[in-house]
Amino acid sequence: MPTSLVTSNSLLAIDVGAANTRAVLFDVIEGEYRFVASGVAPSTAEAPVKDVSEGARNAIEALQNILKKPLLETSARSLIMPSQPDGSGVDSLVVTISAGPSIRALVVGLLKDVSFDSARRLTESTYARIMDTLHLGDQRKPEQQIDSILRIRPDMVIIAGGTDGGASRSVQKLLEPIGLASYLMPEEKRPAVLYAGNDKLADEIKTLVGSLASTLHFSPNIRPSLETEDIDPAELELAQMTMTIRKKQLKGLDVLDLWAGGHTLPTAYATGRMVRFLSKVYGSPKGLLSVDLGSSSAVIAAGFQNKSVLKTFPHFGLGENITSLLNYTTIDDILRWSSLDIPPSVIQNYLYQKALYPSAISATKEDFAISQAVAKQALFLAMQAALHDFPKDAASIKPNLAPLFDPIIAGGSALSDASRPGQSLLLLLDSVQPVGISTVILDQNNLMPMLGAAASQNNILPVQVLESGAFLSVGTVISPVVSARYGQTILKAKVVYESGTEAKVDLKYGFLETLPLASGETGKITIQVSRGVDIGFGPGRGVKGLTITGGALGVVFDGRGRPLDLPSDPVRRRELIKKWNWTLGGG
Amino acid sequence: MLAPVHHIIGLTTIVRERVLPISGNVLVRVQQKVSATEIIAETRWSREHILIDVAQILKVSPAAADRLIKCKMDDKLTANAEIAVGRGLFPRTVRAQHEGRVVAVGGGQVLLEVGEAKMELRAGIPGTVTQIIGKHGVVIQTSGGLVQGVWGNGRIDAGLMVNLMEGPETVLVPERVDVSLRGSIILGGMVKNVETLQALAELPARGLIASSILPSLLPKAREMRFPVLVTDGFGEIPMNSAAYKLLSTNSKREVALNAEIFDRYSGSRPEIFIPLPTSSEPPMPNDVETFVPGLQVRLRRPPAMGKIGSIVSIKPGLTVLPSGLRAQAAEVKLENNETVIVPLVNLEVVG
Repeated sequence: MPTSLVTSNSLLAIDVGAANTRAVLFDVIEGEYRFVASGVAPSTAEAPVKDVSEGARNAIEALQNILKKPLLETSARSLIMPSQPDGSGVDSLVVTISAGPSIRALVVGLLKDVSFDSARRLTESTYARIMDTLHLGDQRKPEQQIDSILRIRPDMVIIAGGTDGGASRSVQKLLEPIGLASYLMPEEKRPAVLYAGNDKLADEIKTLVGSLASTLHFSPNIRPSLETEDIDPAELELAQMTMTIRKKQLKGLDVLDLWAGGHTLPTAYATGRMVRFLSKVYGSPKGLLSVDLGSSSAVIAAGFQNKSVLKTFPHFGLGENITSLLNYTTIDDILRWSSLDIPPSVIQNYLYQKALYPSAISATKEDFAISQAVAKQALFLAMQAALHDFPKDAASIKPNLAPLFDPIIAGGSALSDASRPGQSLLLLLDSVQPVGISTVILDQNNLMPMLGAAASQNNILPVQVLESGAFLSVGTVISPVVSARYGQTILKAKVVYESGTEAKVDLKYGFLETLPLASGETGKITIQVSRGVDIGFGPGRGVKGLTITGGALGVVFDGRGRPLDLPSDPVRRRELIKKWNWTLGGG
Repeated sequence: MLAPVHHIIGLTTIVRERVLPISGNVLVRVQQKVSATEIIAETRWSREHILIDVAQILKVSPAAADRLIKCKMDDKLTANAEIAVGRGLFPRTVRAQHEGRVVAVGGGQVLLEVGEAKMELRAGIPGTVTQIIGKHGVVIQTSGGLVQGVWGNGRIDAGLMVNLMEGPETVLVPERVDVSLRGSIILGGMVKNVETLQALAELPARGLIASSILPSLLPKAREMRFPVLVTDGFGEIPMNSAAYKLLSTNSKREVALNAEIFDRYSGSRPEIFIPLPTSSEPPMPNDVETFVPGLQVRLRRPPAMGKIGSIVSIKPGLTVLPSGLRAQAAEVKLENNETVIVPLVNLEVVG
């Protein structure tokens, strides 16, 4: 990137998470943008402080203590902006936020498998829990629908329906109970409404629900025809509507938004934007995947050649909603990931206790083993749910498995806090179950959403920061799709290093293996696969002299098959998990 | 680093805002003394609605139906009341099938509110009303002992507290529940089986203070008609020593049990309040502290979950924990003189 394109503006990014608030400074160093430092402080959305700006100020104070230069005014109330000749202050600010209670959503669409499904997918791009749905197949009487809406008190209503120039009466019919229910609510409790249906109905929507909504938003039709779905523009409108709701819910967010000049976004949306941006920049034929598992939610963002997918699952977050995991899974399914013999009651108690104190961390080995098992199951469920909405034409090895992704970027407290990258990688391999050849990158400083938010102000910054080593490269992972006997050789691989030396490995089914390849180094890999084994080039087809990049764990071969088949015998399973942990240096 | 505070205090002044979720009528005035169970505000809301499509029934256009509808907004209709009468030689009559209030008329339809329910807001603590908050509620101030809990079933009551605990690790078993406890608030320890809750419900007890409860019993605890408050958490956790000492030494006293549902955003928490006579107003507790040596703290996660100790020192930089995670940590001396290293995020100040 020519230096002349870089304006020497520093950018401060603040991410207000459910547990922690981070302040991160990006600045120009030797002509290129770099991640400089980050400061962290507990978030203050909750009582007793109940003001998110306080946590942000504390995080900035922590950052300025590291930088040894002031960013806040002496009173510590305001940000010094723009930067001053003495080096104090910053030039711009962006804010992302995932803190706050789950947003209650009502999803409305005409046909269950068409516009309604699109509306549901749109709603799942933000921190919303779908509490009720309305569509033409709904058998309830209008008064029952009204009572349900009054009971759930939705914060937002997402409406889709009607192809462009299509049905209008049916949409009006669906809106009647919503209008009546909103009318019966106190004014301050009325929901925000997003209409993303037939464009021609916009005026009627204004008449029907406009005066009864706290705010009314419009986006282009997400289902302009039966065959076409276009969610991206509506996602931005929904992100803005989410911020409006959050500003009502969380004191101090308006202050941060003012500082940021309106550059405030939901963290998940900002991550999704970064994934879209990177997909375009790198243009890989494979998909690009970002997984973020934190206190507030699990976020899966994937970019494909012609489409991006953003899924936000508050019910799979590891914080205050963690007990809702049990609505989607069993304790036995959580326990299958544990390397220790833990009674089911301990898992249940862990979940309830963790919900009480979401910011608390595991201090003992047993507590950590439980937290890892819970995190694996939460991310596994999130990934399984996301798979349904990945494009059918995405490059893949086998239906029902993850598409081919390269790179995979992992962030969020559950992944980035792991003391050893091996633990993070095993969590990722077990829950995401990638296939083929992928590079895995750990977003240790949770920069993805911040860069996504920064991209709107400065599109050079994210690329330069990403290429500057601010992320930890874990290595290249090779995950063959195969079903074989335990111990049967499924592939032979040889890596030729830049120095000309070689390393070889025979991968047996059920095993994990590694070969060293340091961060920043590249190597040429040649893989011969056994019959029926697929690493992304077709069954039985290997690869010769493919350039791969190194990382903290070098080259990792996951021979455990896809989908991952864990032994049903718990003793054997725990032994294997310990062994896999050991292989990846996770201890 | 900011330290969260969990209040367990022998004598303090507390100020609590008590508000309805929707507007209603406030029934008390400023400077009025109230008891914990006194109703301070009330409102009404409707559980169900009935939508009567007059236009469809009379087979006329919505505009024509609007002209035929006889009732108007806010009208109270009795069951079988006439809503609209059609035209013609043998006009058809639309009647209300249930008693209710008209909440919307238009588009040829009438929306009736039926099954109105009353919502009563109790004071939660005995004290003096210091402020009226519009049509929503009040602020109450009082002095006494305070123990906060971590879970409540949403009910409120007051009564004599009877201690059935022999120590912080006591498990409350149904055999300990006898008729002499009828109408009492039971200081009970760990609750591990549903029979214990059933025995208390059959008495009935006026309230239960448990140190911990199994998560599987929470649905049953929610069903109890008396307040259930949990002081320490879920599973089998003994009562923290500070709460145990304060509560057990106040046995046979009148206490108010506000088993309010914990809400981390509003700050509402379940609380036990022990009214005590005071000559002057004791100081109000701090809601936020800063971690410093000497502070009394409670541990939120293993090791020593639920135990009370005092901070010996704050470790510089980040400390590697036995789990392998790195975090800001403190050296904490527990009451049994054992010293443990605890991440600051796993601590809360007790006071």
